[in-house]
Amino acid sequence: MGDSAEFDPTRRSLLVATASAGGIAVVGTATPFVASMLPSERARALGAPVEANIASLKPGEMQIVEWRGKPVWIIRRTPEMLESIKKSDDLLSDPQSRASDQPDYAHNEFRSRKPEVGVLVGVCTHLGCSPQLKSVEDKGEMGADWLGGFYCPCHGSKFDFAGRVYSGAPAPINLPVPPYAFVSDSEVLIGEDKKEA
Amino acid sequence: MAATQKQPITGAGPFNGLLTWIDQRFPLMALWREHLAEYYAPKNFNFWYYFGSLSLFVLVLQIATGIVLTMHYKPDANFAFASVEYIMRDVPLGWLIRYMHSTGASAFFILVYLHMFRALLYGSYRRPRELLWIFGVFVYLCMMAEAFFGYLLPWGQMSFWGAQVIVNLFDAIPIIGPDLAIWIRGDYVVSDATLNRFFAFHVIAVPLVLLGLVVAHIMALHEVGSNNPDGIEIKKNLDANGRPLDGIPFHPYYTVKDAYGVAVFLIVFCAVMFFAPEMGGYFLEYNNFIPADPLKTPEHIAPVWYFTPYYSMLRAVPPMFNSQFPGVLVMGLAVVILFFLPWIDRSAVRSIRYKGPHYRWWLAAFVVAFLVLGYLGTVPTNHWGQFGGWLGGAERATVAARLFTVVYFLFFLLMPWYSKIGPNKPEPDRVTG
Amino acid sequence: MNPVKSVRLALALLVLSFAAASWAAGGSVRLDRAQIDVGDPVSLQAGARSFVNYCLGCHGASLMRYNRLRDLGLSDSQIRDNLLFTSDKVGDLMAIGMTRQDGKAWFGVAPPDLSVIARSRGADWLYTYLRAFYRDASSPTGWNNLVFDRVAMPHVLWHLSGQAVLEVREFRSEGEARAAQLQSKAFSTIAEQGEGAHKRFLLRSMRVDVPGSLSPAKYDETVRDLVNYMVWMAEPAQQSRVKIGIAVILFLVVLLVLTWLLYRQYWKDIH
Repeated sequence: MGDSAEFDPTRRSLLVATASAGGIAVVGTATPFVASMLPSERARALGAPVEANIASLKPGEMQIVEWRGKPVWIIRRTPEMLESIKKSDDLLSDPQSRASDQPDYAHNEFRSRKPEVGVLVGVCTHLGCSPQLKSVEDKGEMGADWLGGFYCPCHGSKFDFAGRVYSGAPAPINLPVPPYAFVSDSEVLIGEDKKEA
Repeated sequence: MAATQKQPITGAGPFNGLLTWIDQRFPLMALWREHLAEYYAPKNFNFWYYFGSLSLFVLVLQIATGIVLTMHYKPDANFAFASVEYIMRDVPLGWLIRYMHSTGASAFFILVYLHMFRALLYGSYRRPRELLWIFGVFVYLCMMAEAFFGYLLPWGQMSFWGAQVIVNLFDAIPIIGPDLAIWIRGDYVVSDATLNRFFAFHVIAVPLVLLGLVVAHIMALHEVGSNNPDGIEIKKNLDANGRPLDGIPFHPYYTVKDAYGVAVFLIVFCAVMFFAPEMGGYFLEYNNFIPADPLKTPEHIAPVWYFTPYYSMLRAVPPMFNSQFPGVLVMGLAVVILFFLPWIDRSAVRSIRYKGPHYRWWLAAFVVAFLVLGYLGTVPTNHWGQFGGWLGGAERATVAARLFTVVYFLFFLLMPWYSKIGPNKPEPDRVTG
Repeated sequence: MNPVKSVRLALALLVLSFAAASWAAGGSVRLDRAQIDVGDPVSLQAGARSFVNYCLGCHGASLMRYNRLRDLGLSDSQIRDNLLFTSDKVGDLMAIGMTRQDGKAWFGVAPPDLSVIARSRGADWLYTYLRAFYRDASSPTGWNNLVFDRVAMPHVLWHLSGQAVLEVREFRSEGEARAAQLQSKAFSTIAEQGEGAHKRFLLRSMRVDVPGSLSPAKYDETVRDLVNYMVWMAEPAQQSRVKIGIAVILFLVVLLVLTWLLYRQYWKDIH
């Protein structure tokens, strides 16, 4: 740089001002480039909340709905299932779901808005396999003390009917509960907390 | 060995250590000095000297926006048109990226045409800058290829029929033509196969070559040094340290000047991009908002404006021996002839400032010919109506295109003679202004 | 030639060639001006309603998402309840069930997708076209159009506009025809016929003989709203484009001043 440049205060302040404006220009130009990599309207439309009709879902049965490319389980739990959830607390690694992922309205004993309807993201928190429903009758396969719940065939993680993981399983935390709401008694909206879409 | 002799870097504050570490393993300071801080450029650059750096700026912009567009574009005949509109609607700020790219394409050609015109004004292609000029013409050829391949991608009617017409030009080449055209298309008609390969050429093959050529162009420039509006060598007058008396370091003087140039350019560029991205149908043609339909030719096919001078020449040359080949040949020669410029200019001086009146008039005629041919290429050949019976009812526009095609070529073909005619003005010893 | 002169020459030539280009752009049919305003949400909403009611039966707008109508000030539930007939999700595209093959079989040509039609046809053409249908017994649909002769599309809006018939008047000179054209308010075209002494200028215009449910002025307004919507739909980002553009240009002016000052500051060493 020229000899006089270092000590010319006007030049210095102009340099700083132009460099700052240039910096703003670079950030401004970068904005569309960064923004364009966010989910598009199409991705958002595909990831939009999904409505599921559970009128014909019988007690003890489970229905699977796809939401954002993941299986979401809706299970109508029988009184026996709810009873088994209460009994399993001692066997679990996180019975209070403290480290787990669920909306506030599902941070309760049965991890649901209504005790009899459980909504869970059916992806094992270990390595992403989808666990299977194993009823209390499956003692032959699951062992004599099986209370009923979910079993992940990949690495043997076990969950109760509220999606809480048994201690000793490879899965670290409970199955997540997605945001959901009841549009009516027979309609569940998966992916949104509020009733109005 | 060399690393130990290098001086540590100072003046970069907290980065001194890091930069010194790099410099000892990489010629950082050497590159910096050679190309910026101690590249001495003539101090008398005028308006015409902005367009080189601006072209480089737009090239970077095209590459950056192009990368983002490939993230969303689908090179498939069934999805291409919709995927462009997907970018325009569904991708957040995708419309802005797309308009930057489409406006950038036209801006690139405007800048490069002005940059080349500068070389014609000041004889920047003359010895020892012949290779610099040749690299430049190759860059221009690459840009044309890039623009041609890229224009097919939106898969609109003009994309499709433009590509159809241009590929058919190869069909006119004797003997190998028909097979060559089929080989280029990969099909008997412009189709999905063509689109897919044009995509590959547009996003990787041609840009790689283009970038290499631009680097070679700049290296050649920095080897021989920049010309200037007076067309005299600043290296002839050196000071005690061996620095040109009329030269100033590129950095900071021309970096700040070019920054100012970029700001002016950006205002014009953004005004077009934000307020008139179609530019009245010249930058984005109206018919290209109709999806490609191989069964329905648009009434009037015009290439994008930057190809229209050559397209005019193609149409102006009548078929001979039942073949369109002469037209194709003329069009090709119109570009190839640029390569010979360094050797056909026999003037004793470089710059138009000191050349005699003949060169000035010929250059003016050339510019008029180029612009009129460019305009005529955008309109149908019957646009200016017909002459009366005394000229056999010939189309006025076609006759004009023929006339100006001849002028275009005469500018080059007669240059060895008219460029020698004086009287030239005496060149100064030192740069002026 | 000094550099200033050469710049002037180049600019003059550029301006000349563009002026020639724009002068040449005037076509043979003088279209009515649509006078649209894409910043008018009431007109756009009305246009959107007409569009889904009358166009979306046969034409798709398969690049346009219903929920984009939020930009017109509509809520998701308003969209769902009033405008969503071809689908059940507001995030869906305005696509229709009819395939191109079906369309071709039923109409002779597949009805084009209308997503970006306004960008190829232009607002004035659409506005004139939708107001230029007349009854023509010789056409398969029973309709013909003054700006698109023998168009395959029937006049979908006839119960709004009423039914018109073609009126042709012959003139000996183009001047007389133009004068008559200027006097009639409705859209008309002039065509040449014959050669030499038999050359005639035909002024084609329309006369409504069966009134529709809307007055002519009201019908024009309905079409204007519809065209306004189609222009907006062809580029839904156009308003934000202009807004962002103004902000960007204002910023660039500041940058221009700063870089110019910096350039002068450094270059005072040189001269």
